Amino acid sequence: MLLDRNGTLRPDRWRHLADDEAAIDGEAVTVSLARWRAESARWSDRSAPLGLRLANDVPPAEIANALDRLALIVLDFPRFTDGRAYTQARLLRERYGFAGELRAAGNVLRDQLLFMARCGFDTFEVDAMRAQAEDWPRAFREFDLFYQPAADRREPILWRRLRLRQSAGG
Amino acid sequence: MYRYDEFDRKFLEARVAQYRDQVRRRLAGQLSEDEFRSLRLMNGLYLQLHAYMLRISIPYGTLSSAQLRGLAHVARRWDKGYGHFTTRQNIQFHWIRLEDTPDILAYLATVQLHGIQTSGNSFRNITTDPFAGAAADEIEDPRPYCEIVRQWAALHPEFSFLPRKFKIAINATPEDRTAVKIHDLGLNLRRNEQGELGFQVLAGGGLGRTPILAQTVRDFVPRRDMLAYITACLRVYNQYGRRDNLFKSRIKILVQALGIDRYREAVETEFEAMGDERAALALPDAAVAAMQAQFAPPSYPDASDDEADLTRARAAEPEFARWVKYNVKPHKAAGHAIVVVSLKRHGKVTGDCSAGQMELLAELAERLSFGEIRITHDQNMVLPHVRKSALYDLWLRLAAAGLATPNIGLASDIICCPGLDYCGLATARSIPISQALATNLAKREEDIGPLQIKISGCINACGHHHVGHIGILGLEKNGAESYQITIGGSDGANAALGTIVGPAVPAHEVAAAVDRLIDVYLRLRRDGEQFPDTCRRVGAAPFKEALYVAR
Amino acid sequence: MNDRTFQLVTGNRLHDGRVVYFAGDGNWTPEIGKARLVEDKDGAALLAEAQAEPPPHPAIGLTLVEAVRDGDRVVPVTLREQIRAHGPTIAYGA
Repeated sequence: MLLDRNGTLRPDRWRHLADDEAAIDGEAVTVSLARWRAESARWSDRSAPLGLRLANDVPPAEIANALDRLALIVLDFPRFTDGRAYTQARLLRERYGFAGELRAAGNVLRDQLLFMARCGFDTFEVDAMRAQAEDWPRAFREFDLFYQPAADRREPILWRRLRLRQSAGG
Repeated sequence: MYRYDEFDRKFLEARVAQYRDQVRRRLAGQLSEDEFRSLRLMNGLYLQLHAYMLRISIPYGTLSSAQLRGLAHVARRWDKGYGHFTTRQNIQFHWIRLEDTPDILAYLATVQLHGIQTSGNSFRNITTDPFAGAAADEIEDPRPYCEIVRQWAALHPEFSFLPRKFKIAINATPEDRTAVKIHDLGLNLRRNEQGELGFQVLAGGGLGRTPILAQTVRDFVPRRDMLAYITACLRVYNQYGRRDNLFKSRIKILVQALGIDRYREAVETEFEAMGDERAALALPDAAVAAMQAQFAPPSYPDASDDEADLTRARAAEPEFARWVKYNVKPHKAAGHAIVVVSLKRHGKVTGDCSAGQMELLAELAERLSFGEIRITHDQNMVLPHVRKSALYDLWLRLAAAGLATPNIGLASDIICCPGLDYCGLATARSIPISQALATNLAKREEDIGPLQIKISGCINACGHHHVGHIGILGLEKNGAESYQITIGGSDGANAALGTIVGPAVPAHEVAAAVDRLIDVYLRLRRDGEQFPDTCRRVGAAPFKEALYVAR
Repeated sequence: MNDRTFQLVTGNRLHDGRVVYFAGDGNWTPEIGKARLVEDKDGAALLAEAQAEPPPHPAIGLTLVEAVRDGDRVVPVTLREQIRAHGPTIAYGA
């Protein structure tokens, strides 16, 4: 089941193609990085939305030049304790300016959603079995103050208090 | 000392609320233990042999009297009346109930304390010199920088699921009372040739299974770029640190595998690529000044440096003289002194402190040390700003409470982890060994002079045995406890790892073996040589021989 | 002391972390003397029985422990489990 940054359930219009599966014209599909590289001419011509599924050990620099062709990038958390995709997300958003949808997939649990949102993720694939039980919207609202800058561009406490002090003439 | 503002308070309130809900979900069966474990660890809650253990962060080892009273209250109300101070300047409570922890953390939040950064695969406590702000040899007080890094690191969204724990130390003196070389990331504050402030950055230190000393990544990072450069170091680690093997996932393994040159190259490349992010993390002088204002030195009263009274008291009472000699250190302000409070009473448990002792120290700090207490990484406490004229009265109060053992830096000032008596990771007990050694060596420790004995109850080395002058590692052999002894380690500016001196010995032989090693040192030492100096000069052979002959 | 070994199941109680032993029939006890003991060959089955509980399971970190009988006492084979059964070997509380 797919969640957005408000914790609301969303329909998923994307089909995640296996490496040997055919795509239907006009369909929004994601492909693996291997397939995209192997068939790059075919995918670069496509007008229907295209997404990429990236393993969490791929440096984002490797796809930096192709980002404007992608409407969706799916990043992976093989286990919730494996935090490499947080870095991938920030680099894609902040360094390489990816403007499409960033999705978190894999072992995506409620208690990491806010970290993910702050790193630039827009959507989150969560376990359907738990979808009913969890208070998803609450997960995104557990904090509204943050100490450090991140992809969400919220002013961090570190600089906010300095700004307030300076504008108060202190 | 840093005082929370409304942002810090609201942040901590939100954290407590978040944790309370996580505990509720766990007890209701909505979260599995596997999912909950990371969450409770990120608030400092471990499961050990007998109960849950709660580790509370004491940022860079600095406490106010109000905070120390708060810890005493936790000990009384929710534990068994005592706490244990650790080698990372934190405190542990060993008899905690999960169901009490939301209330405990809510209570601690009212005195600006929490369990964040005390466990989990993210940043741990940023540690520093326990004499910071009081010692004459520091370039600047390192604590404002520690506090800036602590805040930047708090619930960092990108770095909360690192391959493994990450320990940072910041040092501002040539002597290095902070042991930067055994940290994942060490920062040495320094000035460049233009007199500008910045940091030498070292990475890849750590003890445990594979002890390694940190190496220099860059000699000078301008102060302004401190957070950006740390980010670059962390980002390389988060991406490339090993995640397939728990025992190879610290940054020290990555630096060792790449070699420091390639690690440095990766960090510098990342740092160069940071662009706007570097600007977003730049530390303006105003931010540093604002933080430094929080750590302004107390307004010391005019205190005479005249020591006539002190000299008289020392002459009259040899016990007091002994305490001044070993436990009192010079202070940069005239007429003041730094007092180390020994938690190493002979035969007691190193680093343990009762609620009553905490309350006494809180009161003494309020009256005599501007309300400030420090925790050292060798499990003692410090009253950092005491007037010399108050030393005698202070000593009387401390002695009455068992807090004045005159042994700082001596053989019975042992670092010792909780070991198999408490800890689920341990392979052997460590506390009974430290007690036996302390009582055995007490009678001759002044003759021996400075000696650092460090004991770990397992290979994870929380007792820092690798960097002990004499290090003891508790292992298990055929179902019995067995102790491996190393010599020649040290943890300061000339950090070195100890060498093994013989096969492991059973518990009842440890004290005699240590006696033998000390005898060799006493026989061979030259003027002013400390134990590791003699080891370096004569090598391990005489020591090994003494143990072999004895067997 | 009889050298014949038995198996029992131990864990820590979820809500307060205290050491507990499986007593059979879904019950858990803090006293090792009341633990359910089985022959070595039946250890796996005992562990499975102890683990079968709808969430939240009252105990965590369940493991099999080898023990011997000494008169009417149950004595774990390892020092670690002896310490878990009887507490730290040192006087604590400063």
